[in-house]
Amino acid sequence: MRARTRRLWTVGVAAVLIVAAALLAIFALRLNADLFYTPEKLAERGGPELGLSGKVGGFVEPGSITFGEGAEMTFRVIDDSPHVIVVRYEGVTPDLFREASGVVATGTFDGEGVFEATNLLAKHDENYVPRELKGIEGPAS
Amino acid sequence: MIELGHFAAFLALGAALAQGWFGLRGQRDLAGQMALVSCATMAIGFATIIVAFARSDFSVALVANHSHTLKPFLYKIAGTWGNHEGSMALWCLVTTAFGAAGAWLMRTDRPLFEARALGVQGLIGVGALVYLLFASSPFTRLDVPPLQGASLNPLLQDPALAIHPPLLYLGYVGYSFVFALAAAGLIEGRIDQTWAKVARGWSMAAFVPLTIGIMLGSYWAYYELGWGGWWFWDPVENASFMPWLIGAALLHSVIVTEKRGSFAAWTALLAVLAFCFSILGAFLVRSGILTSVHAFAVDPMRGSFLLAGLCIYGGAALVLFAFRAPSITGGAAWALKSREGALMANNIVVIVATLTVLLGTLFPLMAEAAGWQMSVGEPYFNLTFAPIMTLALIMLPVVQAWSWGHAEGRGWVQWAAAFAGIMAVVGVFGFGVWDLRTGAVIGIAVGIWLIAGAGIELWRRAKTPGRLFRLPLRVWGMSLAHAGIGIFMFGAVIETTERFERTLALSTGESAEVAGWTVTLNSVRSIEGPNWYADEAALVATRGDEEAMLSPQKRFYPAARMPTTETAIHKTPSGDLYAALGDFRRTETGQVWTFRVYFNPLIDLIYIGVILISLGAAMTMIPRRRRA
Repeated sequence: MRARTRRLWTVGVAAVLIVAAALLAIFALRLNADLFYTPEKLAERGGPELGLSGKVGGFVEPGSITFGEGAEMTFRVIDDSPHVIVVRYEGVTPDLFREASGVVATGTFDGEGVFEATNLLAKHDENYVPRELKGIEGPAS
Repeated sequence: MIELGHFAAFLALGAALAQGWFGLRGQRDLAGQMALVSCATMAIGFATIIVAFARSDFSVALVANHSHTLKPFLYKIAGTWGNHEGSMALWCLVTTAFGAAGAWLMRTDRPLFEARALGVQGLIGVGALVYLLFASSPFTRLDVPPLQGASLNPLLQDPALAIHPPLLYLGYVGYSFVFALAAAGLIEGRIDQTWAKVARGWSMAAFVPLTIGIMLGSYWAYYELGWGGWWFWDPVENASFMPWLIGAALLHSVIVTEKRGSFAAWTALLAVLAFCFSILGAFLVRSGILTSVHAFAVDPMRGSFLLAGLCIYGGAALVLFAFRAPSITGGAAWALKSREGALMANNIVVIVATLTVLLGTLFPLMAEAAGWQMSVGEPYFNLTFAPIMTLALIMLPVVQAWSWGHAEGRGWVQWAAAFAGIMAVVGVFGFGVWDLRTGAVIGIAVGIWLIAGAGIELWRRAKTPGRLFRLPLRVWGMSLAHAGIGIFMFGAVIETTERFERTLALSTGESAEVAGWTVTLNSVRSIEGPNWYADEAALVATRGDEEAMLSPQKRFYPAARMPTTETAIHKTPSGDLYAALGDFRRTETGQVWTFRVYFNPLIDLIYIGVILISLGAAMTMIPRRRRA
């Protein structure tokens, strides 16, 4: 086979594949990229609707952690605005989860505006603040 | 003592500069000697840091910030590279060591080429050493040494710290030498079979430790984070995975260049890209610009130096490539239906798959530039990378079966039909009998396809059972590695789709059912370690006659004022029963401890698969014995 025909094929296959992959990636990103909300941003947005999914972050309001049945718990997330988000979570909390610690939760809002978290991420160590929370003043811990 | 190390590191920098100078001027012997000097002096420099850690010399700022007298000795030593400066020192040591090894081992009949490769490696060493000495010096003294150190992040206090980072660096930095070889070849305008023979060896030398290093990291995260998973598509994981994928593509492309002389420009480009992706990975990890679940040393300021380094070295190499690539031609002719044709298609697919990982990893940054805060998680990668990579794996046995130049025999239609057949059979059992998900069914089919493909390939080459064991090690290595991918696929899809997870809240004496096991909380007691204390739960798990004790811990490290989770794992042939201890809660109904209990089916197959891949790749490096 002539080198030119071969190159044409190679470039053609590569082009088709890249276009297909790009379309797939755009589709996957639209479906799966999680938007991040702080209480303030959520309020700016006009509050959550049923089924809004994404990430919620801020600081755990001191005194707001309550334990329910089994491993269920709820707590309030605050930032430096007057707004709050109530988070419900069933599961084991991360090692560094405690009052006033920074937290990022992944999940979905229910019909009453409560965020049903499937996963919690707290900061790693004393020096680490989740990147999304940089620039937000937390409560004194 | 540390001053001696500081001085030695400066000597290493000087020697690396000289290595670059002599090398690019074509003085092979002088460049080689300078490479040895650079490596030896850097080794002294690194040794003084280790000694400072071993002796808990808190007058050294690095030790004061990252060590503690009560820390077990192993973690004092391994803690040397558990922080930014120390790990950069290790990076420098490995860079100079590859230069020295290259000077020692390269035996071609082209002194000019060897000299230039050593020269480029010297310049890479200069970059790394300048960064170490002027932007992240581990040799700084404190005027007033503290009485006690600030200790090491407890998540890192694990035996895996001793080997996981060094292996990763052997891989990342190994690609620096492959990069140097490519640059030297491009300067000469000669990327031919002799070049490829040298480059193949060094690509393997980087690929094997990188593979094992990533696997160890995955296993470490599996038992340390307490989330039951082994891969989270986290930016830090992707940062190591992208060079691995490019490295895998390179490994195959360089074989074509070695055997046939074709693909020369493409191979050189991959060799350049593999190292570029390594630096990009280092940048993503070090700068902390992406949110990660893993613990490692972060420094946003100094991360930007790495980005600058990437632009300088990567940019220079790509410009060189752009000038030279058109003149690099040659190699035997090939038809589309040939091993070359199939390999080229496979290579393109792997690179496109890598690009989807890159997009998913960098997308949050791009979104942020546009004013959005977003994150990209596992579902994205399952939808993009997984199907594209599956395509590459389905093509794998075809590549093996087609011969060089022009293949006779079955075309791609017949191969596709054969795969469809396997798919149909697995589908009938998977959906009808075992009730599996689509991803698992496809994964199992691909797993069978790859293992069968590797077996058939061995048989095709041997033709009789007697000759099976007289096949060259390279053939065995290739087959083992490819079967390893199949075994990995089995474990990966079944573990991911069939993992069973349950959160329990138990009071003492209470039981719960998890994946066919009855788990009972016997007691929770307090215990103490060398530099931690812990709550340790005694869980008894029973399934039929089988009984297992699980003792997950929740540790607290006073020096770092930080808790960690120590999971308990009970291995069975069908998978791991895995328990992590959560927190103690007073609820309306009483006092409970929370637990996260998982059953991770067939998870060992993932690690066995990856070990086979590394073993197979390593076997192909062993030179063929000469028959007397």
